Amino acid sequence: MSSSTIAVPVRQKEQRPPQRKRRMQPTIVRAILIFVLPFGVLFLAFYLVPIGYAVYESLLVIKREGTFGPPTQVFGGLSQYVLVFQNSDFWSSIGRVLLFGVIQVPVMLALALLFALLLDSPLLKGKKFFRLAFFAPYAVPGVIAAIMWGYLYSPSLSPFRFVTAGVDLLSASTVLWAIANVVTWVYVGYNMLIIYSALLAIPTEIYEAARLDGAGQFRIAWSVKIPLVTPALVLTAVFSIIGTLQLLTEPQVFRQFTSSITSTFTPNLLVYSTSSVPNFSLAAAFSVVLALATFILSFVFLRLTQGKADQ
Amino acid sequence: MLIMGVFTLYFLIPIFWLLVSSTKTLGNFNSTFSLWFTPTSLADGVTNITKLFTYNDGIFPRWMFNSIVYAVVAGGLGTILAAMCGYALSKYRFRGREVIFNVVLGGVLVPATALALPLFLIFSQVQLTNTFWSVFLPSIVSPFGVYLSRIYAASSVPDEIIEAARIDGSGEVRTFFTVAVRLMSPALVTVFLFQFVSIWNNFFLPLVILRDQTLFPVTLGLYTWNSQVSEIPDIRTLVIVGALVSIIPLLVAFLSLQRFWRNGLGSGGLK
Repeated sequence: MSSSTIAVPVRQKEQRPPQRKRRMQPTIVRAILIFVLPFGVLFLAFYLVPIGYAVYESLLVIKREGTFGPPTQVFGGLSQYVLVFQNSDFWSSIGRVLLFGVIQVPVMLALALLFALLLDSPLLKGKKFFRLAFFAPYAVPGVIAAIMWGYLYSPSLSPFRFVTAGVDLLSASTVLWAIANVVTWVYVGYNMLIIYSALLAIPTEIYEAARLDGAGQFRIAWSVKIPLVTPALVLTAVFSIIGTLQLLTEPQVFRQFTSSITSTFTPNLLVYSTSSVPNFSLAAAFSVVLALATFILSFVFLRLTQGKADQ
Repeated sequence: MLIMGVFTLYFLIPIFWLLVSSTKTLGNFNSTFSLWFTPTSLADGVTNITKLFTYNDGIFPRWMFNSIVYAVVAGGLGTILAAMCGYALSKYRFRGREVIFNVVLGGVLVPATALALPLFLIFSQVQLTNTFWSVFLPSIVSPFGVYLSRIYAASSVPDEIIEAARIDGSGEVRTFFTVAVRLMSPALVTVFLFQFVSIWNNFFLPLVILRDQTLFPVTLGLYTWNSQVSEIPDIRTLVIVGALVSIIPLLVAFLSLQRFWRNGLGSGGLK
């Protein structure tokens, strides 16, 4: 009697877990498939396959039989990549967006951080209004923003003719910064909100502790708030770096306003003009190198900032 | 306070300029002070809008409609799929979970512009370029949405609730749609808005893939109009009014969904 009552639970204990696992698994597996597959299939079809196809396309070259024979695509190894690395237009376009990024991204994020801190400070009145006013440009699509600023920069139509009549903001030497202004105008408010919501998530006890230690508003902002919103800053920085290397919309629209933007002004414009030649293989090779550069740059940035945060 | 005031002007003057310019005839646009209305502004504004909506058999409302379908339908569908995937990655332990998540995370770093050309090449292989689907289908996929959904699911759906639903006999999928979605809903609004904005702003993919004007989103449409300004000077007025009208839906979406995204926006950066 006593031995059997002990034996039964023991046997049950041994059997139950595997039994439950066996009973649960088909439904759980099915559920996981139902959850993951729809996204997975589309991600495969419209992300992974295109990336694979771009790599494949970049390995092809066009061969002709004689001078007038029909062109055929054949495997050409890395010969397109040799062309990419020899292409001076490509490297000067990369240089241009890097220069853009080195100046524009820090300026934009510094402004965003400043506004977020001001929004978060108890001294500022009318927070709701400022938050909306600063965020409003984000509702303007890049194409529209570029068209608007194109007119605002124009020497004859701008409301700021006292500036634009004297300096041609769309000349070859200034147009990059004219674009930087458009990008900054659109994205400062967006980045400000991301940093601001990270500030809101900081528990207020921390501020009280700092205040008890005798820290003023500036000291709190500098030594408490900024370190705590660093993850948000890193996130916004990574997205800004990606956006900078991929710059396309604004310069493409500005080509309607000025001739100082060439068809090779940014890497993506070069991809676009190369593919309209059409030379898809070279364009694909540009794309692959650009995507890799973007990937490596944002990865290195993440690593560097995370290393710093750990110290 | 002074800084905030100065920058308020910086952010709002261009939009105010757009509003003022929309109420002017081409002659007044070229000659009058560009930051204030003219005596005939009201009537001229109405004329401009009527012209905008009737020009070329109403191609502009067609573009607006297309943009709304691309952004709302594809964005909505994309949000649900991203939520499902992110939820599964957060709540179930299975083999390959981390691999899937890391691949999706890699996808976040792959910019949409880099995909436009290969997508064009693939769609041309299957004769699908210049179709509604060639813009609609790629717009559904949002790896960033999956990334956010995973974080949100982990923080807002307690395992105990899923376990309780399981004991009550609810299936996994039903639990997701009746319980988890509700708990995640403020966050999902953020995911949706992110995707809505990125589709609404999408320019390169339609530029590369579409030829048929009736399929254009409004961004591409206004871009082509603006390229015709030198041949058809009158169209400049339409570009300006169209630009104003095209930003209204986003402004409305932001204002009406404000209380959701304000809370959700920061969560992505917290992890």
